[in-house]
Amino acid sequence: MRYSIVLATLLASTAPASADDWAPPITNKLVQKECGSCHMAFQPAFLPARSWEHMMNTLSDHFGEDASLPEAQVAEIRAYLTNNAGDVKWRGIARKYMRWVAADGAPQKITENPAFLREHNFLDRVWNDPKVVTKSNCLACHAQANSGNYDDD
Amino acid sequence: MLRPILFAAVIVAPTLAMAGNPDRNAIIADYAEQARAADAGFAAFSATRGETLFRTKWPGGDPRTPSCTACHTGNPRNPGRNAKTGRPIDPVAVSVNPSRFTDAGDVEKQFTRDCKSVLGRPCTPLEKGDYITFMTGQ
Repeated sequence: MRYSIVLATLLASTAPASADDWAPPITNKLVQKECGSCHMAFQPAFLPARSWEHMMNTLSDHFGEDASLPEAQVAEIRAYLTNNAGDVKWRGIARKYMRWVAADGAPQKITENPAFLREHNFLDRVWNDPKVVTKSNCLACHAQANSGNYDDD
Repeated sequence: MLRPILFAAVIVAPTLAMAGNPDRNAIIADYAEQARAADAGFAAFSATRGETLFRTKWPGGDPRTPSCTACHTGNPRNPGRNAKTGRPIDPVAVSVNPSRFTDAGDVEKQFTRDCKSVLGRPCTPLEKGDYITFMTGQ
């Protein structure tokens, strides 16, 4: 009995993030810098390529912000996000999120995906915590979010 | 041969530090040129005006960011936090964050976004130069 507890503890502490709570981390420097300058740079696995395509075509009104960039940078970021999109790579957390995306859907908000909602069904006082500010602030609770690990809930 | 060079370096290094970062100086010089083009009476940028710009509550922008201090706090030497996204922001004051205002593209991009958000309009070259001058002294 005791051994199994020790073993379980050991496994839990050394095991990597479970596959479906892991998003392949961003490896492109420009994407890390520009997509992470106002908010956390969200991993491309959370949205399908159609979503990233639309987002990169509408940067002048990016959720109300002017996030315009020089065209060469837009092209590099668009290529990275679409090549690594959830419906293209289909790895880790993408399997959970892509299930809810319509065949021709191009959702823009990760926080509206049912896969997100069912795991973030919190009381208002959690969302109203001053360190949270907004639902898209993954890092408020997921300290390893930048490296794609969302397994700490 | 080596000793005089070392000696010269010891003398010159603090002088260079006082003269500021060449990239930042070039950015300020560019805004000065634009400010002069807009107003022939332009004399120099002012840290005092920059601080006023930093602390003023503007009515025209996003209600979540009425002033620069909404994200950067009242002390630019402190880290801040994006009032819309919660993302931490490195200090703006050059004394604690010497890489600030050294990339012309990044500086212009940030002014474009933040002035729209805080003031509800683009900043003038005078305002940009004043702001950088204030932060350079902080």
